[in-house]
Parts: sequence; C-alpha cells; structure tokens
Amino acid sequence: MPAAEPLFREPLPLGSARLLPWTTVMAGSLLTIVPVGATLSLLPPFGLLVLLSWRLLAPFAIRLWAPAALGLFDDIVSGQPIGSAMLLWTLAYFLVGAMEARSGLRDFWQNWAIAAAAIALCLIGGRLVATPLSAHVEVALGFQIMLSVLIFPAVAFLIGRVDARRAR
Amino acid sequence: MAPPRDRRPGFSRRAQYGVFFGYILAIAGGVVGAVLLALSLLNPTGFSVARAAVAEVTAPVSSAVAVVVDSVSGIPDAIASWWDVHGKNAELTAQAARARPALVAGHLAQLENARLRRLLAVRDLDPAVVVTARIVSSSATSTRRYGLLNAGSWQGVREGQPVLGPEGLVGRVLETGPNTARVLLLTDPQSIVPVRRLRDGLPALAAGRGDGLVDIRVIDTDDAHFKAGDLFVTSGSGGIFGPGMLVARALRGGPETAPAKPFARPDSLDIVSVRHIYSPPLLPARAAVPGAAPLPSATATPPAP
Repeated sequence: MPAAEPLFREPLPLGSARLLPWTTVMAGSLLTIVPVGATLSLLPPFGLLVLLSWRLLAPFAIRLWAPAALGLFDDIVSGQPIGSAMLLWTLAYFLVGAMEARSGLRDFWQNWAIAAAAIALCLIGGRLVATPLSAHVEVALGFQIMLSVLIFPAVAFLIGRVDARRAR
Repeated sequence: MAPPRDRRPGFSRRAQYGVFFGYILAIAGGVVGAVLLALSLLNPTGFSVARAAVAEVTAPVSSAVAVVVDSVSGIPDAIASWWDVHGKNAELTAQAARARPALVAGHLAQLENARLRRLLAVRDLDPAVVVTARIVSSSATSTRRYGLLNAGSWQGVREGQPVLGPEGLVGRVLETGPNTARVLLLTDPQSIVPVRRLRDGLPALAAGRGDGLVDIRVIDTDDAHFKAGDLFVTSGSGGIFGPGMLVARALRGGPETAPAKPFARPDSLDIVSVRHIYSPPLLPARAAVPGAAPLPSATATPPAP
C-alpha cells in the first residue's frame, strides 16, 4: 500500500521558499532557448509573466529589488540590450504598486488589467530601446502583446498552484 | 484580494527600515539598469562575456532538445518516403538522363573557366568553410533577430565571419564564446549586406526590416526599377561577405526600395556553414605616372561587372 499523503505537510524550509519564486522567473526567461529559429518576435516574455504573477498573487514572495537582478538574467538570455529588462521590470513593479495603492479590493479582472498594462509597458519599452524606429516590427509587437496578455491568466494559475505548494 | 499593507508595517523600527531600504535598493537597481542600458547601447557587444557564459550552458540543452524533436518529427517523413519509391526512382532516372548533356556542358565550361583564370592569374576566392554547425535557438521574445550557433572560437569562429545556410546567406557572426557564437541574422533591423541584382549587376544594399523581410535599397541616386522576382546575391564589395551568395528575392517592385524575402528561411534554420571573412582582391599595382593624382587606396574594391 503506497504511503498516504500526510494531511498536514511541513512548509518548505525558508531558504527554498525564498528561492522558489526566483527559480520560476528564471525558468520563464530561459524558455527563449527552445530550439526554434523565430522569424518574428512572437514568444511571450514568460519571465515577465511569471514575475507579474508573483507580484499580483503573492506580493511578498519576491522582494522589491529583485526585478532588477532577475531582469539582468533575462537580458542575458533574451538578446535585448543589457539593462533594458532591469530598468523596465523595476518600473513595471512600481507601476503595479502604484495601481495597487489606488485600487481597493482587487478581483481577477483588475489583476489582469494591471498585468496587461505592465506587459505592454515592458514590451513597448523594450522595442524602443532595442530596435531603431525605422524597423517594421509594430505588427509583430502588437501580436506579441496580445498573446502575452491572453496567456497571462494561465501563467498566473500555474504560479498560484506553485505558491499553494510553497506556502503549505 | 485586498492590497497588502507593506508601506506601513507598524511601529517596529526594524520593519520600517526594511521597507525603506527595499525601496532604496529597488530604485538603485533601476538606476543601474539604466546605466547598463546606456552602456550597452553605446557598445552593443560590451557584455558579450556574460552572454557567452550563459550560452555555453544553454546551447547544449537547445541542441539536445533539437535532436530529440528532429528525430521524433522525422519519423512520419521517413515512413512517407517509402510510398511512391518506384515512381520517384523512375522520375529521377529520367531526370538524370535529361541532365547529362547539361552536365557535360558544365564540365567543359568549368575546364575553360579554369584555363582562363590561369591566363588572367586571378587570385581565387577562399571558399573554405571554417566550421559546419547548427543554429540552435533564436531571440524569440526580442524585436532583435539573433541566432545562437553551437560552435565558437575553439572551433575557429571569429567575429564578422559570414554564415551561410543551404538556401542562402543567413547572417554574420556578432560575438563568440568558446563553444557558441551569436549570429546577427539577415533580417535584423541593424543588419546591412551589400548585394547586387543578378540580372544586371546593379549594386544595392539589403537592410533587415525586423519582420522577416529585407529592404533592397538602391545605392545610386538614379531610378533602379526593382521588379517583383528580382534576385539579389552578395556583391563582395566592402569585404566580409564574399560575392555570389544568394540573399533575397524581391516581393514587389519599387523605384528606389523594394521589400524582398530572404532565401534562407529563418524559421527553419538547420545546418549552416561559417565561412572565412572575404577580403576583396588587391588591384595590381600600377606604375605611378608623374604628375598624376596618387591612387586612393590599393584595397579599393573592383567595380561590379
């Protein structure tokens, strides 16, 4: 007979509980190493989506200064100029904080709207700093933003599951 | 979900300082990011060491995943190729028979070409392949277009070398690590390749657009009359890219600029070969004529035919 799952499992040790959110964000950033030669920039920035999920679902899981460090890692693997995600992810974190301070009780739709604003900020900012204005990337960028916003609830659901395991 | 009350953690001085320094650190992180961004915009290859170090780890993972995906997705093709084996055999035999005269003519032309080249004492181009490798991943989230090559400086890859795919030019090497190299693809908005039209040798530039196409721009001021279907190959002028590599086919016509589709399809990058940097042949030194203006440069590029 297999061992039954204990009813009350011990929570993760403190170190692991602090490390887990960082690990998930870096894993999201590392999705760019999938072996696909992309013609267009359509892959959603999963590192950012995971970071925003943590920020909106478990605000204290990732410290306020962490987006800069995680953004540096994302810049190294994403091909964007170094520093762009460091700056934009920090700005997005402050943007979420400012919106949060003005909203009282938030529901799912408000969380989604806040995340959409942050995603659009980061992707448009990233396009402006990385690519000359004369490039024809606006259509692909619009689709990338739409795709990222649409996929955000799925990422947030996964992070919610991970957080439930983490905090149990 | 109620907003957290992290701004006012209570009367504990320690908690208050914690929040305060958290904000200070976050702002400092953002400022450091802005400074690094400014530095990397001024010097785009400045942080190549960090990128190469991470790529050393990720490239083998990408290669392994690619091998698995290829072998699994190759099974249906392998099975499908057994159908219609006889029909294809007959077709290929007939094709070989039809092509034999052309082959002989080609051999004769090659012989004559070699003889004429000896007569002219032309310095042969160096077509040597540095290394054959795979592009294992690409910058799929960024608006820039980079590929990661699973060969680097230990295999002889150097910055600037052109990368050629089976269908045509892919791009050029931008940064190298020990076993990896970053390739600036032809379609990147900052890639410019000197080309010429195959039909009449009209010189032009192929500049990446960022949306999978390149813009063919005329160099001279006169009207170039690009037509849909015009083929463009590298001209070799300016060095780096040797002449005669297939680049793109124009999609639409245009007087001065025309969008063109590269032959190397970036979404199906496969085996590519890295070539040596092409340096244009030196012009034979001419005897100085007394009173004439000095030659501008001995390494001037030959005029396009």
